[in-house]
Amino acid sequence: MVLLLLLLLPLAGGTAMLFASSFTLRALLLMAVALGHNICSLLTTRQTLLAAGDPAHAAPVALGGVLCPDVLGLVFLCLASALFTAASCYAIGYLRDEDAKAPVRRHFQDGSSFTNAPQQRFLACLCFFLAAMSLVTTTQHLGALWVGIEVTTLTSAPLIYFHRHKEALEATWKYLMICSVGIALALLGNVLFSIAFYPEAPQDHNQMLYYISHATKAQPAWLKAAFIFLLVGFGTKMGLAPLHNWLPDAHSQAPSLVSALLSGALLNCAFLGILRGHQVLNAAGLGEFSSGLLVFFGLLSMLTAALFIVGQGHYKRLLAYSSVEHMGILALGVGLGGAAVYGAMLHAVCHSLTKCMLFLLAGNVLTHYHTLSSYDVRGMRWTMPITACLWAGGFLAITGSPPFGLFVSEFSILQHIFTTERYFVGAAYLVLLAVIFVGMSIPFLRMVQGVTPPATPPAFKETVFNVGPCAVLGLLIVTLGLYMPPWLDSFLRQAAHLAGE
Amino acid sequence: MATVLQIAIILLLLGNFAMLTANRLEPRIRLVSFQGALLAALLLLVPQQGANLMHNLLLAGAIVLIKVIGFPLLLHRTLHKVGLASHSAVRGSGHKYAVISGMCCLIFALWLETRLPFAQEIYPPLFFPAALATLFSGLIMVVGRMRALGQVLGYLVAENGIFLLSMPLMMESSTWFELSLLLDVFVAVFVMGIAINYISETFESIDVGRFCSLRD
Repeated sequence: MVLLLLLLLPLAGGTAMLFASSFTLRALLLMAVALGHNICSLLTTRQTLLAAGDPAHAAPVALGGVLCPDVLGLVFLCLASALFTAASCYAIGYLRDEDAKAPVRRHFQDGSSFTNAPQQRFLACLCFFLAAMSLVTTTQHLGALWVGIEVTTLTSAPLIYFHRHKEALEATWKYLMICSVGIALALLGNVLFSIAFYPEAPQDHNQMLYYISHATKAQPAWLKAAFIFLLVGFGTKMGLAPLHNWLPDAHSQAPSLVSALLSGALLNCAFLGILRGHQVLNAAGLGEFSSGLLVFFGLLSMLTAALFIVGQGHYKRLLAYSSVEHMGILALGVGLGGAAVYGAMLHAVCHSLTKCMLFLLAGNVLTHYHTLSSYDVRGMRWTMPITACLWAGGFLAITGSPPFGLFVSEFSILQHIFTTERYFVGAAYLVLLAVIFVGMSIPFLRMVQGVTPPATPPAFKETVFNVGPCAVLGLLIVTLGLYMPPWLDSFLRQAAHLAGE
Repeated sequence: MATVLQIAIILLLLGNFAMLTANRLEPRIRLVSFQGALLAALLLLVPQQGANLMHNLLLAGAIVLIKVIGFPLLLHRTLHKVGLASHSAVRGSGHKYAVISGMCCLIFALWLETRLPFAQEIYPPLFFPAALATLFSGLIMVVGRMRALGQVLGYLVAENGIFLLSMPLMMESSTWFELSLLLDVFVAVFVMGIAINYISETFESIDVGRFCSLRD
């Protein structure tokens, strides 16, 4: 029942949101969905871990076996749930401010007038988006996973087009088309998996269990073809280069809380799709093939991100390219195998928390300075001190500096690279990380320091809604760098084991 | 039965080329609807390992409802709403290259069938290359069309190709998945239709070539 609530709660909340006319009611509903989902996620995780450790405990199953989570999916479920809570807190302050503004406004870039989409619809889509991510992370049926990923595209497209201006529409269309076609190719990957196992087929909805246990009987050529299509399809959604084109546009045009969820939660869901394929190939003894592809696309993504980060003046696009970089690191970590997979799992957690915090802070900067150019933002430490402090800390965290969690995860991957004597990969990894560090440091530090431009509004009110969630996320990132709780370590190790450690 | 199946496959291939050559959006919407009808017919004609007739009839009914009736209605409505019923979908000699690409893809698909183990065992003759060529035609339309609606049609054709590839592998237990897939695609086209309306209002055109403001 708790497992089913992971889907039903956001679905019911989203439906109710469509009819909630008062802002207070919508805010209460949103927080109820977020907190309820968090509780259900934790209970499901606990139940699954207990069942994994002791066969006397029943594993959570719902919808005739379509929902049957494993530890790997639960890592991403818990992340999605936590980030949704942070984004919901932020949304309350953000939407309240939006409500107070004039209905028709001038776009700060080209001066054109625009309106916002109705808040009821925006919040309903936000809840449906959470439901879709819950389906993706709790199913082991590749078809249901595909349906979930496609639904995330359809529910998040209206979120990107919340501010109804030209640029947002352009970004929304690119997102819809590129991701829909990409996901269609992932569906072809699913079909090829079925061909690989022909004439046998899973008899129940736990396809992953069947595919892994029967992988050695499958046709290797079809398995390889299936993985290529899964990688291309879900890689498009994940933002792996060279399939990342939609990502900087969508992340830069969406409201910041949506960018936070897209980058911190949605990209992980697409990564899970690729991991499912990798699990099957590993079980079939073809892990070398899928690993090679993951390493190649991982390094290519890091290289692409480095090229676009250097000299990037648009601070939300900068964060988007940073997501491309980190997706590359995840692919690289899993592709390298061994201890690097644990590093990749830890990296997924730390990146999601850090990127969510940075996008929410970017929202504060945009609200105050009315510009997306990092050249026009100066003196944040004077006008918005808490935001500036977290922004500078976030920069250090996202570039993998100590003492933050991403330093630990990036270092674990590096350690594994050198232990396995892959010196070329190690050198490329280090050089790209260094280039990205330098490329990001310039705009980040320029924004924090200097003198505030004269046209900037005098004060920015930092409230519990716009800096509270960011501060909590910041605290978590530091904690993960300094102290890893044993239960989280064990949780991530189990996930890494499933992902091919 | 086998002859009817072969005729349906040949009609499917001809439909692909007709779509690649069609200049206007309206006939292409009709061709996509025709392709939907062929899909429903093929579902009942193609031998399947683990499906039963009732499930196939249910699925064929859903295909007719969504692909033969639903999509064309939705797309025609969008087309008339944005006032593009008589406009060309392709600029200049674009369709010439589209047809040449379509031909190359068909030849590649025919060659691939002879190279892949199992393909001839699972699929009836010509079925695999026809499905693959349909998928490629869709992708060519997505990449080559300048109008947003043309891209949506390409997406639908590509999705039809994937559906065809999965057809002989359908099981009784997978009917729910096929139905949810159909519903998913329907919602996708619905959302894309809404987006096209906004594009038409905002840009006074549905030419995606005008999307050039978001660059590094």
